Amino acid sequence: MAANKIRVATTSLAGCFGCHMSFLDIDERLLELLEHIEFDRTPLTDIKQCGPCDIGLIEGGVCNAENVHVLKEFRKNCKILIAMGACAFNGGVPALRNHYSLKDCLEESYLQGVGVVNPLIPNDPEIPLLLNKVHPIHEIVKIDYFLPGCPPSGDAIWTFLNELLAGQEISLPYQAIHYD
Amino acid sequence: MSQLETATHSETLKRVVIEPLTRVEGHGKVTLLLDEDNHVHQARLHIVEFRGFEKFIQGRPYWEIPVLVQRLCGICPVSHHLAAAKAVDMLAGARQLTPTADNLRRLLHLGQILQSHALHFFHLSSPDLLFGINDAVAHRNIIGVIADHPDLGLQGIRLRKYGQEVIRIISGKRVHGTASLPGGMNKPLSLQHRALLLADIDQIITWSKGAVDLIKKVYLTNTDFHQRFGLIQSNMLSLVTTDGAMDLYHGGLRAKSANGKTIFDHIDYCHYHQYIHEEVKPWSYMKFPFIVSQGNEVGWYRVGPLARINNCDYITTPLAEIERQEFRAHANGGLVQASLAYHWARMIEMLYAAERIREILLDPVSTGTDIVAQGEEKSLEGIGVIEAPRGTLIHHYLVNDSGTIEKANLIVSTTNNNQAMNESIRQVAVEYLDGQTLTEGLLNHIEVAVRAYDPCLSCATHALGKMPLSVELVNHKGKLVDCLIKSSTGEITK
Ligand code: SF4
Repeated sequence: MAANKIRVATTSLAGCFGCHMSFLDIDERLLELLEHIEFDRTPLTDIKQCGPCDIGLIEGGVCNAENVHVLKEFRKNCKILIAMGACAFNGGVPALRNHYSLKDCLEESYLQGVGVVNPLIPNDPEIPLLLNKVHPIHEIVKIDYFLPGCPPSGDAIWTFLNELLAGQEISLPYQAIHYD
Repeated sequence: MSQLETATHSETLKRVVIEPLTRVEGHGKVTLLLDEDNHVHQARLHIVEFRGFEKFIQGRPYWEIPVLVQRLCGICPVSHHLAAAKAVDMLAGARQLTPTADNLRRLLHLGQILQSHALHFFHLSSPDLLFGINDAVAHRNIIGVIADHPDLGLQGIRLRKYGQEVIRIISGKRVHGTASLPGGMNKPLSLQHRALLLADIDQIITWSKGAVDLIKKVYLTNTDFHQRFGLIQSNMLSLVTTDGAMDLYHGGLRAKSANGKTIFDHIDYCHYHQYIHEEVKPWSYMKFPFIVSQGNEVGWYRVGPLARINNCDYITTPLAEIERQEFRAHANGGLVQASLAYHWARMIEMLYAAERIREILLDPVSTGTDIVAQGEEKSLEGIGVIEAPRGTLIHHYLVNDSGTIEKANLIVSTTNNNQAMNESIRQVAVEYLDGQTLTEGLLNHIEVAVRAYDPCLSCATHALGKMPLSVELVNHKGKLVDCLIKSSTGEITK
C-alpha cells in the first residue's frame, strides 16, 4: 500500500449502521476513493484497535461505557474527527430512551416482555455498563465536523470526503443537507 | 444447558476475548475461558447492545411506528418497516391490501433481500471464503477482494447498488425512506422508474447466478471441511405459503426438527407467542428464544436462508428452484445442517430475489394507482411477521383507544439465531482451538462461524454487572457530564 495514503477509521457506537450503509452507497466510487485512502479500524476490516489516522468517522451516540472508551480511542488517534449522522450529532432515535429511566427500559425488555422465561436483568461483567442517558458525542470529545442526516446520503458523504481530502472548505449543496 | 456454556471454576481460568467482532453488523464479542493447557472450558457470544425500543415507543402514535422502528437497523430497515407496516395494517383494520400495494411492498422487500445478501457475501464474508481463514489481517477484507479480483468486487458493489436503487425508487431514500401507510403504500411505481429497473435486471440475474456458482464451487472444493465447520444439529423455523413454497413477505410458520420431521406447520403467525418463548441469560442482552413444545434446553432453532431453503417444499422461480434441489440433495433426505451452507443458501435466495423482481416489474398490476385499502374494523392488537434477510422477524404491538402504543414486543431475526450461534462457536472452539496456542488466525475461526449467520447485532439489546465500577463521562473541556457508580451488590447510583 502506498505510504502516503490518507488513513481513515470508522466506527459505529449507539447507531444502527445506516450511516455506514450510506457510506457504501457511494457505490463504484469506492474504488476511486481507495486510490487515495486506506482503512484502519472499520467494521469492514479485521483491525480491532484504532491506530494513528488522519480521519475518523463516528456513527452513533454514546450509550454505554464501551462507547465512551472507543470514542476516546478514536479522538486520541484521529487528527480530524467527524460526527456522521443524527445519532452522533444529537443522540438520534436511541436517545428517545432518555425520556424514561434506564431501569424502566430494562424491566420492560427483560422482565415484562411477552413470553419471557427466566426473567432477569442481564448483569454479567462481560457486558458493558449502560449509561443512564444516551449522549451525543460532542459532549465527550471535541468534534471537528458534523454531517447531518439520518443517514447523510452517499452523495453527501462523497462530496464531504472529496472536499476534505482536497483541503477545501466544505460546501454541501442545499439538497444534500437533510435533518431527518 | 449446553456443554461449554458455563465453566465450573471460572476464576481459575484465563480469559481470551475477541472484541469487537468485525465484518458483522453491530456490536458483539466472544469470550473464551481456557485452562493452563489451553483447553476450552467456556465459550460465549455476548451481545453488548441495549436500546430499549420496547419501552420508548410506548405512548407514541401507531402510525409513526414503521418509520421509527426501522432505525433499529440500517442494514435491513425495510424489514422492520414492513413488519411494522403489517402490524399497523391490522391495527387500522386493513388486512387485505390492493394487488398493486401488495406487489410494491414485495418489490421493496426483495430489493432489501438482494442488497443485504450481496453486502454480506461480497463485502463481509467472501474474504474468508476466497482467501482462507488464516489470511493476513491487512488483506482479509473487501479491499483485498477488489485488489485481487476486481471484477468480482465490482459485481458485489453493483448487486448491492441495484437492491438499494429498488429501495430508493419505492421509498424515496436508500436508507430509512418512507413507503408504507396503514393499509397500503404512499406512492405508485411510475413507468419511467419501472423501465429504469428493468434495464439492468437481466444482468443482475446473471450475476446472481454467477454468485451461486461461485459459492457452490468453493463449498464443494473442500466439502468435508465446509460440512464439518461449526456443524450443529438444530430445529429450523420459517414462513411458508399454504402450499409450502418459500415466501419472504407473508405466510404461516413452519418448524422442522433436526431430523427433518415437522414440529408445526401453517401456524397463523398471530399466535406466535403460543409457540415461541424467550429465555433471558445474565451474560447477554440478547434473549434466547425456543419452541415451547420442545422446552428451552433443546427447543432452540435456526432461522434465515439455511432454514428457509431447508423448510420449503419448493421455490416459485425456475433458476432458484433448480439450485434448491441441488442444495437439498446434499442432505440425503434430511436437512442440510452445515453452518457454512448458510452462504450457499443465501446466494440461492439472492437469485430468487432477482428473478422475482423481474416478475413483479413485468406484472402490469405493479404500475397501478390503487394503492391504499380502506380500513374496516380497527383492532387494538397488531402483529406483523416477515422473513427478513437474516430470518423470521416478529413485531407485536398493543394500542389503546386513541391509537397510542401501550406495549410492544420485537423478536428480531438475529435473536432467533442466538443459541445456534453460541452452539456453533462452541463446536469450532472444541474442534480447532482446544489445546492450541491461540493465534489471530485461529480466533478468526470463531468469527467465521458467527459470520455464517450474517448476524445483525445492531438489532439486539442490555444491563448491569456485579463488579464495583464507576463510569465518568467528561466532556472535552474537562467538565463532568454524567457519572454512574455500580456497587458490588449491583446497585447503581448517579
Ligand atoms: S443517524 Fe440514522 S442512519 Fe445513522 S446511525 Fe443513527 S439512526 Fe442509523
